[in-house]
Amino acid sequence: MSAKRWKAALYGRGTRRAVISIIVFLVLWELGSRSEAWLGTRLPWIGNVPPPSSVMVAWGALLGDAGYWTSWYLSTMRVMSGFIAAMVIGIPLGLLMAVSRAFYGITFPTFEILRPIPPLAWVPAAIIFWPTQELSIAFVTFLGAFFTIVINVLGGAKSIDIRFFQSAQAMGSSKWDIFRRVVLPATVPSIVVGSSVGMGITWNVVVAAEMISGGGGGGGGGSGGGLGFFIWNSYVGGSYDQIVVGMISIGIAGYACSELLRGMGGFFTPWLRTR
Amino acid sequence: MAAVLEERPVETTGKKMAITAGEIKLEHVCKTYGKGPFAKDVIKDCSFLIERSKLTVMIGPSGCGKSSLIRLIAGFEAPTGGKILLNGKPVTHPGRDRLVVFQESALFPWMTTYDNIMYGPRARGEDNQKARDMANFLLDKVGLTAFRDKYPTQLSGGMQRRAELARAMINNPEVMVLDEPFRGLDAMSKELMWEYYAKLFEESHRTNFFVTTDIDEAVYLADRLLIMTNTPMQVRAVIDVDIPRPRSLSSFFTSDRANDVKMQALSLLHEEAMKSFSGGSKAAADFVEAYSKRKNATTTP
Repeated sequence: MSAKRWKAALYGRGTRRAVISIIVFLVLWELGSRSEAWLGTRLPWIGNVPPPSSVMVAWGALLGDAGYWTSWYLSTMRVMSGFIAAMVIGIPLGLLMAVSRAFYGITFPTFEILRPIPPLAWVPAAIIFWPTQELSIAFVTFLGAFFTIVINVLGGAKSIDIRFFQSAQAMGSSKWDIFRRVVLPATVPSIVVGSSVGMGITWNVVVAAEMISGGGGGGGGGSGGGLGFFIWNSYVGGSYDQIVVGMISIGIAGYACSELLRGMGGFFTPWLRTR
Repeated sequence: MAAVLEERPVETTGKKMAITAGEIKLEHVCKTYGKGPFAKDVIKDCSFLIERSKLTVMIGPSGCGKSSLIRLIAGFEAPTGGKILLNGKPVTHPGRDRLVVFQESALFPWMTTYDNIMYGPRARGEDNQKARDMANFLLDKVGLTAFRDKYPTQLSGGMQRRAELARAMINNPEVMVLDEPFRGLDAMSKELMWEYYAKLFEESHRTNFFVTTDIDEAVYLADRLLIMTNTPMQVRAVIDVDIPRPRSLSSFFTSDRANDVKMQALSLLHEEAMKSFSGGSKAAADFVEAYSKRKNATTTP
């Protein structure tokens, strides 16, 4: 993007609305949290939440804290390893299920039985089966993205217009050529959708897994066990401002991951950008 | 006797493209869908010849089995009875010797116009200078040079159809099969397509088999016009449209011969529509009504 377009994007209507949206949200929150001071009575639910101003103060203090950043690092690494494993295994599996009727017949029933099991129900089993805490958390994270990616790839590859195959075949394409130049590109949009949905689930799962398993590897003292453990730890320690900091941190991390995937998805599907 | 392939170079603005024109013969072809009490004969004992180097147009009521017949000729499906012969040899599977241009665009959305056209040559490992030159030559022929690197979604409906014609032609099929290729285009673009398409045909005299429901399109394009019956489909009549080429679109429909052919074809189609109308088909009702109005308008002076 040129400097001019950056400027236009920065001062554009979209940015203005985004800023208004966040400011209005923060003001309402602040007012709600401080309802006892100006209303005389504490509003239900919101009255118990720490106000954004004190959250900001707590956050400012945490920015210099190595433990906080370790939490970021640990959760991100777990999400990434689980997610990348889910892509590496899930995409070929989905494609194989789509192109081979025999393979589909053998794998799909088992797959469909395992799919509805919530990733969190796997946590105890994962802790027993895997040698380290770290591996069990990564495994549960992997499951969160895996099923979504497989089912999207499978659905995408199965719904390819039959005329594409007929044309390709008539023009002299071999099976491998059809797979490479028709099936694969036609499935890329579904891979992108499956991945971004899977990425969202991954963040849900990693946080819960960290809370249940007690933070895993880097645990030790304070907040060294990932963002989920960071929140849990803050709750146990009674620092409610930090709970909210942890929540917002996860929101930001998830948003950044989705943006990254969207950008990569756009790069791999140039023909969809033209609509 | 085995059919002798006719090979002759066709001069096309400096470049030569060797055209091999094939011939397709249908002998008592039948196609039944479903089994037992649910069996439905879509095509029954249908025989005709798609003549070498001619543009054969098939017209028939909608839903009469034309698209099924195309799937048989293309080799996507096998007939339940009879034979389909390309140059005397039975058709068993899809092949580049008979390429189909489908009703709606089947261009690959993830490829640019150029990559779409180059699909066939690349599939056969022929991404050489000759193929690239031919792709650019065809792009120019169908007026898409400026849209060489655009994706199908960036092209208009008419451009997509032209790109698809080019994608089929680069494979130099012995027979081009077109299944209502200009359906859904507005009247103006349709006429433009007819002109492009007629010109492409006249320059190559490749064997073409063109299926349509549009009577004007049929009469304007055809060397031979096959009029089909309603299901189960058979050939009702063959009209030779002996109007010299190139045909000027502006004066074509005012010529007596063209109008004769059109009226002849319409009355045959009307009989077919009447049959299916009396058989309870609602689809034919509009055609029957329109035909009766037209008849009244032409007979009253």
